[in-house]
Amino acid sequence: MSKAHKAQSLLDPGILRPAVVDAFRKLDPRLLLRNPVIFVTEMVAVVVTLLFLRDLAANPGEASFSGQIAAWLWFTVLFATFAEAIAEGRGRAQADSLKKTKSELVARRLKADGVTETIAAPDLKVGDVVVVSAGELIPGDGEVIEGVASVNESAITGESAPVIRESGGDRSAVTGGTQVLSDEIRIRITVAPGSSFVDRMIALIEGAQRQKTPNEIALSILLSGLTLIFLFVCVAIWGLAGYSGTVISVTVLAALLVTLIPTTIGGLLSAIGIAGMDRLVRFNVIATSGRAVEAAGDVDTLLLDKTGTITFGNRMASDFLAAPGVTPAELAEAALIASLSDETPEGRSVVALATGDFGIAMPEARFDAVIGFTAETRLSGVDIGPRRLRKGAVDAVLKFAGLAEQDAPAEFRRAVEQIARSGGTPLAVADGTRLLGAIHLKDVVKPGIKERFAALRAMGIRTVMVTGDNPVTAAAIASEAGVDDYLAQATPEDKLAYIRREQQGGRLIAMCGDGTNDAPALAQADVGVAMQTGTQAAREAANMVDLDSSPTKLIEIVEIGKQLLMTRGSLTTFSIANDVAKYFAIIPALFVATYPTLGALNIMGLASPQSAILSAVIFNALIIVALIPLALKGVSYRPSGAAALLRRNLLVYGLGGLVLPFAGIKIIDLAVSALHLV
Amino acid sequence: MTLIGWLQISLLFLAVLLVIKPLGLYMAKVFSGERHLLSPVLARGERGLYRLAGIDADKEQSWRAYVTAMLMFSLMGFLALYAILRLQAYLPLNSQGFAGMAPDLAFNTAVSFVTNTNWQNYGGETTLSHFSQMAGLTVQNFLSAATGIALAVAFTRAFARSKVTTLGNFWVDVTRATLYVLLPLSIIVALAFVAMGLPQTLDASVTATTLEGANQMISLGPVASQEAIKQLGTNGGGFFNVNAAHPFENPTAWSNYLNIFAMLSISSALVYAFGEMVGHRRQGWALISAMAVLLVAGVAVTYWAEAQGNPILTSLGVDPSLGNMEGKEIRFGQAMTALYAAVTTGLSDGGVNGMHGSFTGLGGLVPMFLIQLGEVLPGGVGSGLYGMLVFALLSVFVAGLMVGRTPEFLGKKIEGREMKFAMLAVLVLPLAILGFTAVSAMLPLAVASIGTAGPHGLSEILYAYTSAAGNNGSAFGGLSGNTPWYNTTLGLAMLLGRFAYVVPVMAIAGSLAAKVKAPGSAGTFPTDGPLFVGLLVGIILILGGLQFFPALALGPIADHLAMLAGQTF
Repeated sequence: MSKAHKAQSLLDPGILRPAVVDAFRKLDPRLLLRNPVIFVTEMVAVVVTLLFLRDLAANPGEASFSGQIAAWLWFTVLFATFAEAIAEGRGRAQADSLKKTKSELVARRLKADGVTETIAAPDLKVGDVVVVSAGELIPGDGEVIEGVASVNESAITGESAPVIRESGGDRSAVTGGTQVLSDEIRIRITVAPGSSFVDRMIALIEGAQRQKTPNEIALSILLSGLTLIFLFVCVAIWGLAGYSGTVISVTVLAALLVTLIPTTIGGLLSAIGIAGMDRLVRFNVIATSGRAVEAAGDVDTLLLDKTGTITFGNRMASDFLAAPGVTPAELAEAALIASLSDETPEGRSVVALATGDFGIAMPEARFDAVIGFTAETRLSGVDIGPRRLRKGAVDAVLKFAGLAEQDAPAEFRRAVEQIARSGGTPLAVADGTRLLGAIHLKDVVKPGIKERFAALRAMGIRTVMVTGDNPVTAAAIASEAGVDDYLAQATPEDKLAYIRREQQGGRLIAMCGDGTNDAPALAQADVGVAMQTGTQAAREAANMVDLDSSPTKLIEIVEIGKQLLMTRGSLTTFSIANDVAKYFAIIPALFVATYPTLGALNIMGLASPQSAILSAVIFNALIIVALIPLALKGVSYRPSGAAALLRRNLLVYGLGGLVLPFAGIKIIDLAVSALHLV
Repeated sequence: MTLIGWLQISLLFLAVLLVIKPLGLYMAKVFSGERHLLSPVLARGERGLYRLAGIDADKEQSWRAYVTAMLMFSLMGFLALYAILRLQAYLPLNSQGFAGMAPDLAFNTAVSFVTNTNWQNYGGETTLSHFSQMAGLTVQNFLSAATGIALAVAFTRAFARSKVTTLGNFWVDVTRATLYVLLPLSIIVALAFVAMGLPQTLDASVTATTLEGANQMISLGPVASQEAIKQLGTNGGGFFNVNAAHPFENPTAWSNYLNIFAMLSISSALVYAFGEMVGHRRQGWALISAMAVLLVAGVAVTYWAEAQGNPILTSLGVDPSLGNMEGKEIRFGQAMTALYAAVTTGLSDGGVNGMHGSFTGLGGLVPMFLIQLGEVLPGGVGSGLYGMLVFALLSVFVAGLMVGRTPEFLGKKIEGREMKFAMLAVLVLPLAILGFTAVSAMLPLAVASIGTAGPHGLSEILYAYTSAAGNNGSAFGGLSGNTPWYNTTLGLAMLLGRFAYVVPVMAIAGSLAAKVKAPGSAGTFPTDGPLFVGLLVGIILILGGLQFFPALALGPIADHLAMLAGQTF
């Protein structure tokens, strides 16, 4: 589902057609009231339309001009509502399929006497216990209280591999609308129908309950203020022109007002917000509020779990250190054979290292005996004829070989010590009583992660690694991964305390987590991302849920937040910068009849006053359509420092916004006069 | 334009540049309550004043209390001044026997001085007793300036502090501004003025016999003392009607230099003090740079436009080599008149040494436009700083999003509340200027006061309301402003420009002070570099331009283009 969603192009007729219909529905002034700039535009359009009708009746010569102005004012409003409709439309298909699943849900509720009854899922109450068997859909969000089952969550996550859900522990949360594939579980419903995860997701995708985010509100205030200022300006012009002996028609003043008020950003503002959320959804992240997405752009510090985010999560063999008198190849081969039946990631990594870097040929896997790992023996291996190959914890292998620790060769002891000091884990390999050497197991830092942290640092974001490891190991991995700070032997309380301390200093923190014990820290963090595989408590506490359960997602989330804010800022700057050219088009057109010398201000050399005004209005409407793709995609974003970003965006959108309309209005004016529209 | 002219201009800016840092550091100490140069001499007196007035100097005020105190203080100042002006006939030091002022003129004048505007609808030497000038106007020259400084200092604290509800104590700030900044500097400057030949006497006039044998009465008075605070406090209200063009107010090139220097010094240094108090000196310099860029551009355009002369006069046989000398004093010349005009309007001073209305259309547009930009270059004492900071907040808000973070300035996040009040403040200037101008332009009663037909007449009206709402006080000339209509509406424009502006600004201060001061990082919008300076200049120009371009097009621009075309009205 998510893959298909990603492929949607902007011009998909499946989205365009309903969006056009929606654009008209959104002309309802009661709906537009949320957007003062476009609301004013619509009111002005109404007035000019009335003037057009009056002209038709009383002054047919003027009707062509006022009619065209009225039409383009309506287009301006329509383009703005269309932008919002198309942004909403992109999420609608996804929401529809979710709704379909939801409407079909039934529940088998467990009654007090132990008998089940079948009811519709929406009738469930918090605290009800339901039974779900293989093949059935889970009727609502809840917690497994009995049993274990594999569950297909692809309806939510798009990931087809089933996941295990079981009572107790960190894997007890289930989501309504997902399907049990095997076994039977009992679930206690923890979320009332209507506010469940799927409901929230639908609402979010549809943008139905979209509330303006704090930054959007602040920006709306700025835009309303500017609209008010330009309203004064236009009313004042009327008075000033009266002194100068010019009678300005209301149509022209209306045209001036609409071109001056920030219709470009006003028309695209909500589309930008919806598209930002949509981008998150396409990254398989569900945010509970737009506020969280904005906060993500502001994050100063990322708290990242070491395991799975910075390292692969499993220790992997990185080197073989042979004992005196043993060749590395000999050690590698022994380790390889000893690990052939070891299916753990560590065992597989030994095989990979031996056959890869050390070039040992894959031997035939025929053993006389396989000795598995137990917590007591802490070693594993195989017996092949006379060879008794073992690998495992150093002391366990030494004991197996019948060596006291001080009897081991000094070179071997030094190697073991060095491995431990570098933050790795040493394993010993022996063949019967012969000690062959050590394997260096280490936490392998993911490739490319260091560069990502460097990019984050350039963006001004600190990364902090959180790990349960001891400080020595933590320091070694921290320096290898290039994080700015680390929290070793971290307990959930430590995390919480760290977050509070950073927040006291005015920083915004993002973290991700999945366990119940992460919940307080997730709630405290400004951006808390819970894994979809995590517990219900973690998912409740967080303000975002990552459906892929990928801890590196935090970095993308921050980038999406930044891109959202940047898109808003860039289009605002562009919109305001546009006004300069519009003045140079309209002001000379307004007053040239009174003061012919003011024609000198007509620096674009526009054909006539009427064509100048019409061209400015047309440009003002068309620029909204032209910028819809940018509003939906977001401005291009490369991680870099604020100064570099500002310089680039100021150049493109500030200077570009200043210059572009001069060219645009001139071209439209050429077309308008070529077509004899006025 | 001449090289000498530009050298004169550059030298003055250099002199101001040299005084910015020491004076700024001194003021930062004064307002942080630290020990400074004058504490050994005056600290006891300061404490005595608080005891006398029953003020607990250690008790700080919330923004609401601070603003309330300021409003009460200004109201009292207004009432006292209004009473003095109305009752001057019964008050001492009225040797010329002037009658009390008419109610509308007294209202206009009292508002004018309390708001630091000093618009003069009266002729000082022909209307006011020495008592009115000294105990009335000069006192308000001090207090309105001190009020501006106090407000700016309180706004500064909002950025310097983190998570507090208080902004300082208005009474303490106003006392310190008067006692440690305005008073000592005024004494020095007044003495310098006396040395340069300005009269300082309680004599009303001397009578001279002219070459033709006629008797001429030459007005005198305590000119130097009023002149000092007039410039230091960016008040601008002259002792004489023609202000600093009068040979007793501004006799020489040196006194002209000192006039401009005194105007610029405190306002500029306050910006440095801001940087110092918020712990970010580079920020102070960045704001000063933005102010300087626009101010120097203003000087250059005026100087250039005036040096071009008036082609209509040239065609009548006037020697064009000196440029347009109409309305200018020959002892100052083009460079020093252009500099004075730009500085007095870039600041909200409003003193003039030439008649702006007699400039060419373009030359007259500049002073008008500099006021319309919001009086922030560097603006009136105090008011310029907080006005500039509002622009900085707007710039950061518009462009700051472009770096992908919630906009912040000096570690304070700019959110809905700040935007709301910033927009309320920004609305005041266009509302007052364009609103009153448009109404007056259509009102026959108001149009009757203009001195010239055509676009120049509109410029006269536009300039008057611009000057009043911007709390500048300079006049374009030509408009007979002493009518009930203008006295009242100009007074209202002044009140709006001062108080309707500063109340929302202080609300912003209250809101900012309560926020955490977040540390900066590579991801934060840099507000102390050339990029920000450019952005700030751009925002000020675009915002000001967008608001006033249509009005300017019908006034000075049409005027100028008509002059070039040889057209008269």
